[in-house]
Amino acid sequence: MLDKEGIAKRIAQEIQNNSYVNLGIGIPTLVANYIPKHIHVCFQSENGLLGMGPFPKESEVDPDLINAGKQTITMLPGAAIFDSAMSFGMIHAQKIDLTILGAMEVSEMGDIANWKIPGKMVKGMGGAMDLVASAKNIIVAMQHVNKAGESKLLPSCTLPLTGIRCVKKIVTELAVLSVLPEGGFQLLERAPGVSVDTIKKATLGKLIIEGDIPEMAFN
Amino acid sequence: MIDKKVANVEEAIMDIKDGDTLMLGGFGLCGIPENCIAAIVQKRIKNLICISNNAGVDDFGIGLMLHQKQVKKMISSYVGENAEFERQLLSGELDVELIPQGTLAFRCMAAGYGMPAIYTPAGIGTEVAIGKEIRNFNGKDYLLENAFDANFAIVKAWKGDTAGNLIFKATSRNFNSVMAMAGKITIAEVEELVEPGVLDPNQIHTPGVYVHRIFQGSHYEKRIEKKTITV
Repeated sequence: MLDKEGIAKRIAQEIQNNSYVNLGIGIPTLVANYIPKHIHVCFQSENGLLGMGPFPKESEVDPDLINAGKQTITMLPGAAIFDSAMSFGMIHAQKIDLTILGAMEVSEMGDIANWKIPGKMVKGMGGAMDLVASAKNIIVAMQHVNKAGESKLLPSCTLPLTGIRCVKKIVTELAVLSVLPEGGFQLLERAPGVSVDTIKKATLGKLIIEGDIPEMAFN
Repeated sequence: MIDKKVANVEEAIMDIKDGDTLMLGGFGLCGIPENCIAAIVQKRIKNLICISNNAGVDDFGIGLMLHQKQVKKMISSYVGENAEFERQLLSGELDVELIPQGTLAFRCMAAGYGMPAIYTPAGIGTEVAIGKEIRNFNGKDYLLENAFDANFAIVKAWKGDTAGNLIFKATSRNFNSVMAMAGKITIAEVEELVEPGVLDPNQIHTPGVYVHRIFQGSHYEKRIEKKTITV
């Protein structure tokens, strides 16, 4: 079973060389820490920055330079600033190759719910509905089951949707799964020490298991 | 040059009245028009409809206006860093319309480009799409979203000249430059106001034609919401 850092580390392996990537809040933010040295990646922050660097040193903190999670950040050489319309313009024009975000539920059709729980304070969708509507590739980082022990990989979402038929891959503490175009979660890899049976029990949606399922490999 | 300079913040906001619709630039607390917000709070203008990506925090930004119950409705993409906001929302004193962040930006952009509406795929298949016109282009569904119609856009820039040209710094550009284009009347407060000719025309982000009033602000606090550092 993986911890949050483990999920981030596994997702980092999915990032292709020379790609533009948008990271959501939470586990996705941690992915930036595990990009292999030979992979060139440019991080987009949807408040208007390409070429986001690490958090600043105390002496470098600039209140005019934050990420979409409102944290202070830095810019790497070659960075570019733009306004919010251009930021979402490049997202909808599919110039951003990969979006990594968290979810409360994912359906076997690739629908995602991650912004609203009825009866609880609603904070808003932020940029999530734009990102899921247009990203070329979407990887979800999340726990396989919720705090009540219920599966978050479902036949259909029960919570209000953020987007439909958009999630391509899911990495949880238990497994790596792809969402098939015709529907269903195909099990690709198991987390270290996790059995196929454990994954079956934690997956309520249609789970497709073909052949031996390898354990995740970490360098 | 057409002179857009006003003497101070009081003159800049003099005709904002109860019930007006205001666009307020900024993302979180980054790049918010601190001087104008303070003056609107001071004047206790009420029943405002505020279009802004966020709603500030309890004791800063739009939170200051909420605290005095000056806001009737917020149109935002992400709120709730703010306990008073939550209280007013749950008690029904405050109306909130949550919309996707890109849609918020595009509805500003449309207003600034003279376009009545835009099509976006954001929100297709979700409750955001309820009651809206959907049109299919090249096999993909899009929602029709109208341009905003705001009485005032209130923005904050880094540098500006008396002709109304604006330059923004780093990610404080965010919604400021798109909103600057979108107001019937656009008010810009800047950290440094200079005479025409000082700013390089090649570096201007927002041309002065979009700006109706400009003044040099003061005492910028530039509060940081989530200071995060590398040790």
